[in-house]
Amino acid sequence: MIVDILIDGLIKGSVYALLAIGFSLVLGVARIVNIAHTALYMTSAYLIYVGTKMMGLPTIVSMVAAVFLTILLGLLIYNYFIRPIQEHEAAMLISTIAVAMMLQEVFLMIFGGHYLGVNPLVRGYLTVLGVRVTNQHLLALGLAIIVLISTRFFLMKTRTGLAIRATAQDREVANLMGMNVNGVAMITMAVSVGLASIAGAIVVPLVTVEPTMWMHPLVMMLAIVVLGGLGSLEGSFVGAYILGFSESLVVFMVPMGSFLKDSVALSIMILVLLIRPEGLFGVSFEEER
Amino acid sequence: MRIVVAYTRRMLKILRSEVLVLPSRVAVLVFVIAILALPLVTQDYYILRIMILTSIFAILAASWDLLSGFTGQMNFGHALFFGVSAYVTALLNLNLGFPPYFSIPLGAMGAVLTGLIVGIPCLRLKGSYLALTTLAFPIILMGIVFAIPGITGGELGLSGLTKLTGSRVNDYYVTSILMLVLGGIMWKITDSNTGIILHAIREDEVAARAAGINTTRYKLLAFCLSGFFAGIAGGLYAHFMRLAGPSTLEIGLSFQVIIWSVFGGMVSIYGPIAGVYILNPFMEVLRVILDNFPSLPEMRMFIFAALVLLTLRFMPEGLIPWLRDKVETECPRCKVRNVAFRRSCRICNAAMT
Repeated sequence: MIVDILIDGLIKGSVYALLAIGFSLVLGVARIVNIAHTALYMTSAYLIYVGTKMMGLPTIVSMVAAVFLTILLGLLIYNYFIRPIQEHEAAMLISTIAVAMMLQEVFLMIFGGHYLGVNPLVRGYLTVLGVRVTNQHLLALGLAIIVLISTRFFLMKTRTGLAIRATAQDREVANLMGMNVNGVAMITMAVSVGLASIAGAIVVPLVTVEPTMWMHPLVMMLAIVVLGGLGSLEGSFVGAYILGFSESLVVFMVPMGSFLKDSVALSIMILVLLIRPEGLFGVSFEEER
Repeated sequence: MRIVVAYTRRMLKILRSEVLVLPSRVAVLVFVIAILALPLVTQDYYILRIMILTSIFAILAASWDLLSGFTGQMNFGHALFFGVSAYVTALLNLNLGFPPYFSIPLGAMGAVLTGLIVGIPCLRLKGSYLALTTLAFPIILMGIVFAIPGITGGELGLSGLTKLTGSRVNDYYVTSILMLVLGGIMWKITDSNTGIILHAIREDEVAARAAGINTTRYKLLAFCLSGFFAGIAGGLYAHFMRLAGPSTLEIGLSFQVIIWSVFGGMVSIYGPIAGVYILNPFMEVLRVILDNFPSLPEMRMFIFAALVLLTLRFMPEGLIPWLRDKVETECPRCKVRNVAFRRSCRICNAAMT
């Protein structure tokens, strides 16, 4: 039981961390509340399904292809539908919702509402403290942590990462310092969608693929980002593990837990906000100029 | 008799000099008359059902605009008010046998109370934080609804409420006239001093506070007012559908409300109402059209989303403000609106450029 909760919580937390970091990057740099973020995660899952089950490609190849195609799709959407209406916050928000709905409907049209699955990359299981843990779970965990570490490295050590952080901190001053703010926003979008699609690729062997699979991660991701503090990467990271563990605790321990998992996670978020309105790690945002 | 003649003459004068001079006012007049006259044209069961639901959702969308558009308190979880009121109404009606005209206002009071409960933690939050936090409340409530099926009926919801009125046409008149009246009240609120203060809070809360306005009180007021109107919509929905289920709390409904309002044009009560009256019947027409092509997959929602996306791509302010700017211009001197083709202002005679 404890090992189950631990593994499950770690995987959920890592996946949520990938999603939440991508989301808060875009929120910080381009000021977009990107509701379609988890819809792109779903897109990558479906593309992997198409690659492995319909075209018979090896899983690794279809995963890489899916990640690149999803990034391309995300950039196209950003360039043609989001960026032209950047000044109108509400319209931008609705556009991302509409994109998410369109993706959902497209998959519903093509695949129907069936529950689909993808074969795991590796088979077999290990026995940890008397509990069977499939190798796929361990692989997912390892991959998620590797991606998280490399994202951190990218953001903290490279010049592009510095540019992204600077733009997130103050868009105008970054512009004045001669940075190409729009270019940075484009790169950020690519990184963010990339993280979402990698998250999709990591979890796709563990979950069922269906057209509404983006809803639950969306809610959790939004809760995590608010809990950790908007635009704070450490906050997203810590918040993701807090909510990931709380979710698996509730599912395993509480009767009727799978109905209450969202409620508990969101109640934690609201409790934290009551004590710290700017989230765990948030610095209160300067008013936009 | 003379009084009647005098009043009629005055009405006609107002009609000629104030209403007929502006296309937008004519449009509102035509809309009101069309709503009231619809049952004279058709009494089709299905059409009336669609129009009843449309008018209920119009109240909901307008109440969202009052809170999120005017006061700037972005609410992502507007379904909360709708759902709470639907459930309260249903519980009162089923357990205590309250008739609709009693249970709907009480349900709305329940929604006001929810507005207070939700509003107090939300007062400290701003912008995106607020939006994402409000998203959480209906989901939390939905979890509770599923967890105690004994009281709330779980996934199936509570069914078997008393009918709103006896007949379909009466239902139509009740909901439509309520929509017109409540829309008018909301529009009046936004036009009053309170409305101006709400406007000021959205534009610059610090400045409003510096001007001696208790912004906390006004924000709570906005939450309660919005909750009240949304609650009436929820109660009407519960009694009309004779069902209060978890679908009244879904994220989908919250998003739908935002889509209707932003599509029609935020920060104008008429925008969201128009948005609902355009999009909701359009969806039904689309259903009828698509039923003729059974070979096509279910693509109604796809067309809906694509339509919204394209509309906002080219008219980010929303449909109605865009149209209004096409047919009307503002006088540069006295800021009164005029028909676009006038050369001089109808009030101050300044040249329109």
